[in-house]
Amino acid sequence: MTTLVSSAAEPAGPPFRGRLRVPSWVGVVPFFVYVAAFLILPTAIVVGGAFAGAHGPSLTNISALTQPYILDSFLHSVVLSAASAVIGAVVGAVLAYAVASGAPNGVIRRVVTSACGVLSQFGGVTLAFAFIATLGGAGFITLWLQEHGVNIYANGVWLYQLSGLILVYTYFQIPLMVIVFLPALDGIRPQWREATSNLGGTSWHYWRHIAGPLLLPAFLGCLLLLFANSFSAYATAAALINQGGIIVPLQISNALSSEVGLAQANLASSLALAMVVIVVVVTALYSWLQSRTARWVR
Amino acid sequence: MAKQVNRFARAGVALATFAVITACGSTTTTGTSSGVNAATATSAAAFGGMSGLIAAARKEGQLNVIALPPDWANYGAIISGFTAKYGIKVNSANPNGSSQDEVNAVRSQGGTSRAPDVLDIGMAVALANTTLFTPYQVTEWSGIPTSQKDPGGLWYQDYGGYMSIGYDSSKFTITSVQDLLKPAFKGAVALNGDPTKANAALNGVMMASLANGGSLDSIAQGVAFFHHLNQLGNFVPIQATTATVKNGTTPVVFDWDYLSAAHGKDVPTWKVFVPPNAVLGGYYAQAISKTAPDPAAARLWEEYLYSVAGQNLWLQGGARPVEMAALTTAGTLNQTYAAALPPVGGTPVFLSPSQATTAATYLDSNWAQAIGS
Repeated sequence: MTTLVSSAAEPAGPPFRGRLRVPSWVGVVPFFVYVAAFLILPTAIVVGGAFAGAHGPSLTNISALTQPYILDSFLHSVVLSAASAVIGAVVGAVLAYAVASGAPNGVIRRVVTSACGVLSQFGGVTLAFAFIATLGGAGFITLWLQEHGVNIYANGVWLYQLSGLILVYTYFQIPLMVIVFLPALDGIRPQWREATSNLGGTSWHYWRHIAGPLLLPAFLGCLLLLFANSFSAYATAAALINQGGIIVPLQISNALSSEVGLAQANLASSLALAMVVIVVVVTALYSWLQSRTARWVR
Repeated sequence: MAKQVNRFARAGVALATFAVITACGSTTTTGTSSGVNAATATSAAAFGGMSGLIAAARKEGQLNVIALPPDWANYGAIISGFTAKYGIKVNSANPNGSSQDEVNAVRSQGGTSRAPDVLDIGMAVALANTTLFTPYQVTEWSGIPTSQKDPGGLWYQDYGGYMSIGYDSSKFTITSVQDLLKPAFKGAVALNGDPTKANAALNGVMMASLANGGSLDSIAQGVAFFHHLNQLGNFVPIQATTATVKNGTTPVVFDWDYLSAAHGKDVPTWKVFVPPNAVLGGYYAQAISKTAPDPAAARLWEEYLYSVAGQNLWLQGGARPVEMAALTTAGTLNQTYAAALPPVGGTPVFLSPSQATTAATYLDSNWAQAIGS
């Protein structure tokens, strides 16, 4: 493919005998087809649905977003995603640092990375039920603690509230952070730290002026990934908190499949559109931060 | 390709049936030149009787059903019984789907060989989507009470029951809905789904409303009751399933009595309580999809469900079959299964479609807030 493209890029050269002259953009066609089919088309359908009413274009679905319970679900979604992303990123980064500072091919590193690979995908109903069975109202840890005089649910079963979701989400956020942040940590050479010491720098100087600034862009990128990861998560929350559509993906599900006559596919589209807008804003914020923090790297 | 083969087979069946009918000199209503078209047949007579229908269905060889959980009203046994009796494979899609999911599948997959043939849906969704159905009247049509079927045969109610509170009697005793406000019920009470989404849950909140001074026209008292339960910390917002009941996470569940009774298999001390001051009934309905890829098998399935055997299978699952009165008169109702039904005192009431809509609209704007933390 590379040779084809580069040969096509030489306008003056004669065409190869027996070979078709292929325009240079042909190589990226599969990519654009993929993007069109799985990103642009669905987005267009969502946008179209959001502005479609029963009789032609309408803004009803957009104005429906300002209903208090929908605004609440957006607030919950943002709080949940931000909190679980920050906790996941900080804890995951520390864990990743511990792993990275060990032997590069050591047993611990291999065990931790493969465990994280599995756990970062351990979401959905299985994860929710694992928590219900251990920490739920009749979970064995809950009951064991009660036998020892500790009632973790004295003020209500918080596992089935937003705080519970944050806890459950960190379960897949931390391992994901370890996986995506490890490569950045591997780029930090031990020699730099030695150099800092040789020049009389302290540990604080090293982190503040060398490792910190180097790692910050990667850290922020991972933070954004974690935010999006939990912002779009559905199955875990659906299995854990079935009532009231506490976060936006659950509201979308309600709007799509209500069997009591409340199904409004167009409201689902406008909810999805609002989620897209939020992610765009967060991404824009991220790239602005990225351009500031990574300026000196260039 | 499979589709094409299917179409040839169907044409063959239609021709054969036509030949049988003309030979008998019977006058059928279908006036098409190709003879009986299974997709428009409105009774078994159009196939020249049950044997013709069975032959046509066997030719198709399969049936697509949707949203039929095996532990729901005995559907596991009903499906395997159908396959055993007629040798027709049943493809069960999305067993935990909602009625709306069923209708969505008909719309999105209609015309493909994977589309649902038959639907088992809540009344609200059935009445809103009658244009997707094709009329059919089973042989036992007269056994279905008039108020429980569409006169033309677009839909016909199949089984139902009463909204109940199922509970683990080794932990609690319940003699009224208000008992649930006691401190003993902390973190114990659950619904079968979100009432803005699931019909069973909406009826659960409505039942609580009836028991707290509300009426079929006003679900507000039920929402207030659950708000109160939530403030006390007695309400758990997870969906009650076989698994959560089994492990004790949801020891008290608002659900249809026939679904709740099934938990007795996992929790032997499980009891089902129908409050005498709030006897709320509900029936589901059957319908055949207009675009059914296996139209003869779909019709045979309905015949099977409304036969004595089919009705008694629902009864075995704790559901009250729609022909219950007719079977009692005929003496064909299974008395053992009937005796196992939870006792019901008081006068049953049923939500009308417009009352259900009013309740759903109220829930839409008030439910999330009522149970929000």
